[in-house]
Amino acid sequence: MKHLLSATDLTRDSAITILDTASQLAAATAQGVGKLPPLRGRTVVNLFYEDSTRTRTSFEAAAKRLSADVINFSAKGSSVSKGESLKDTALTLEAMGADAVVIRHHSSGAPHRLANSGWISGGVVNAGDGTHEHPTQALLDAYTLRRHLRDNNGDLSGVKVAIVGDVLHSRVARSNAILLQTLGASVRLVGPPTLLPFGVETWGCEVSYDLDGALDDVDAVMMLRVQRERMNAAYFPSAHEYSNRYGLNSARAARMPEHAIVMHPGPMNRGMEITADVADSKRSVIVEQVSNGVSVRMAVLYLLLGGTEGTA
Amino acid sequence: MTSYVITGGSLLGEEVADLLIDEGVIREIGKNLKGDVVVDAAGCVVLPGLVDLHTHLREPGREDAETVLSGSRAAAKGGFTCVHAMANTNPVADSAGVVEQVWRLGREAGLVEVRPVGAVTMGLAGQNLAELGAMADSAAAVRVFSDDGKCVYDAAIMRRALEYVKAFDGVIAQHAQEPRLTEDAQMNEGIVSSKLGLAGWPAVAEEAIIARDVLLAQHVGARLHVCHLSTAGSVDIIRWAKARGINVTAEVTPHHLFFTDDVVESYDPIYKVNPPLRTAADVEAVRAGLADGTIDIVATDHAPHPSEDKDCEWSAAAFGMTGLESALAIVNATMVRTKAMSWAQVADRMSFAPAQIGKVNTQGQALAVGNPANIVVFNPDVELEVVPSQSVSGSRNTPYGGHTLPGQVVATFFAGKPTVLESELV
Ligand SMILES: [Zn+2]
Repeated sequence: MKHLLSATDLTRDSAITILDTASQLAAATAQGVGKLPPLRGRTVVNLFYEDSTRTRTSFEAAAKRLSADVINFSAKGSSVSKGESLKDTALTLEAMGADAVVIRHHSSGAPHRLANSGWISGGVVNAGDGTHEHPTQALLDAYTLRRHLRDNNGDLSGVKVAIVGDVLHSRVARSNAILLQTLGASVRLVGPPTLLPFGVETWGCEVSYDLDGALDDVDAVMMLRVQRERMNAAYFPSAHEYSNRYGLNSARAARMPEHAIVMHPGPMNRGMEITADVADSKRSVIVEQVSNGVSVRMAVLYLLLGGTEGTA
Repeated sequence: MTSYVITGGSLLGEEVADLLIDEGVIREIGKNLKGDVVVDAAGCVVLPGLVDLHTHLREPGREDAETVLSGSRAAAKGGFTCVHAMANTNPVADSAGVVEQVWRLGREAGLVEVRPVGAVTMGLAGQNLAELGAMADSAAAVRVFSDDGKCVYDAAIMRRALEYVKAFDGVIAQHAQEPRLTEDAQMNEGIVSSKLGLAGWPAVAEEAIIARDVLLAQHVGARLHVCHLSTAGSVDIIRWAKARGINVTAEVTPHHLFFTDDVVESYDPIYKVNPPLRTAADVEAVRAGLADGTIDIVATDHAPHPSEDKDCEWSAAAFGMTGLESALAIVNATMVRTKAMSWAQVADRMSFAPAQIGKVNTQGQALAVGNPANIVVFNPDVELEVVPSQSVSGSRNTPYGGHTLPGQVVATFFAGKPTVLESELV
């Protein structure tokens, strides 16, 4: 694996390898070994065109725990915000000797361009591009699901996951819909018709407009962040109506099977797509998702860089 | 004056004859003709010089992308003898002064007839009519008016524009794009856009405007031309309008005949274009519409951009692709080799009909003795790989780089003078 640009880059086996590696790295970290050595001397650049402290710090922690040198290249206060092109920035990073570039960009496909235009020779990890994909988020979600529902082993065959909310604008939903199905899970997308993409019927998922009818048989519910501004573009009438129809509250959570978990990629709009009591309830694994994120990103960087010594 | 004889070519792909060009006109058509210079056209088709109703020459304002001269060179290389220079320059061609400037630059370049298109509204802003009559009366004698790049979205303005240009037999060429349905739109809305997470550009955004405009044209008894039609639904609407006797014409670009939106999966902005590349069903429909005459003409929408506007991420890239040099090969590939159209029909769609729509009386004429010698000689059987760096346009944003296309322009004659001989600019 040279790059991780999309969940479609992952086969069932390569995804399981990442999840298994993540759990080994998590165990090593938990034993308090401190920094692990495998990426010593390698340079990982975090190239963030959007503010996302949580994703950037997660990648930063992952790279540092593997002893890589980390350069944070954020759009704020750099030449990037002064209109420097992605290409020129890429050439700069190449000159700095970046072995891997972790990129977050507001434009769908920017990581593909970075990886495939000959601007840089290192690996590229998509840390979220526009409304396209966020493959490491899907991996950490798969990791979390596997830990809770499959004893941290194998794939996700037979697992039923509902992904609820603004699927149209969600890179998390796209990557999860692909990866969870690759791992054998079945996915149900739930939201108002305005927030489900044109052509969603080709994704292989079940589609529902009715949250109440979509909870009885699930093993997990993944709530997506919904921006209040969407109502200005007539995707829905009001925050109030949205949370009434598509928000996860305790009454709805009670319809879920007892073992089912509640997930959210964060940051949450409490009171909008999820109520505080559900977010903080026993079945919520939202905080754990964050720590799993570091383990999964360690695994991705390790597999991307660890095995390519001398070929990068 | 040097005379030229084009020998052994197949006129409109039909009878084989020699053609003698002297003093700007076709002097003689027959066998074993003699002239000062011989152009061997054995195995080639001989067509009337191509007329493009939709060309972006970028001058004034974006001379880094194209000039009237460099665009004229690309046009000649592609077999064109007339191009219509779109109005979205800087300053906008919304006054007699600007259209006369472009017209003069075209005369100075002297490689093709450059017919300026006038803007419909001041500054392409869609608010106030530009001085359409002044542009019509100017030396440039403008007959085609378009806000291309922007849609004349206001129905009342569109109605008035259609009515107003009747006074001088003008035509409004509409860029059909409902603005609210295409805010931030990046590519055709469909299965591919949903997968790529690029904001969709629904077919209905084009079709709704075309449906409105054909009804407006009918109501006021005016002539309407639809630019770069790209969807199956648009073809249906034009077919319906023509059946009702509405005076509408339509164009399709070579790239909409050739590509589907699947190529966007590369996220390579070389494929970013307005209107966007559509689905296979749409490509099939526009080909069928062109063959049966529902779509009247092929127009290139040649849209040069400097490399930095394409060498970037998708959403930051400019819309548009070059097309003058490759147009005839694409039509050969998509329409002639597929047996959907004859060369005589190609002559109609790429020369006769566009000259008629643009009211260019010196162009689009039959290959007949006494007519102006605007001629292209095309070898349809060679296979050539497109190498962008070899383009003579001021820009390199051809989407066909790496493709092997069928056919090559061997010679172009503009008003009796060769602009291309042995496939090179003279
Ligand atoms: Zn246009």
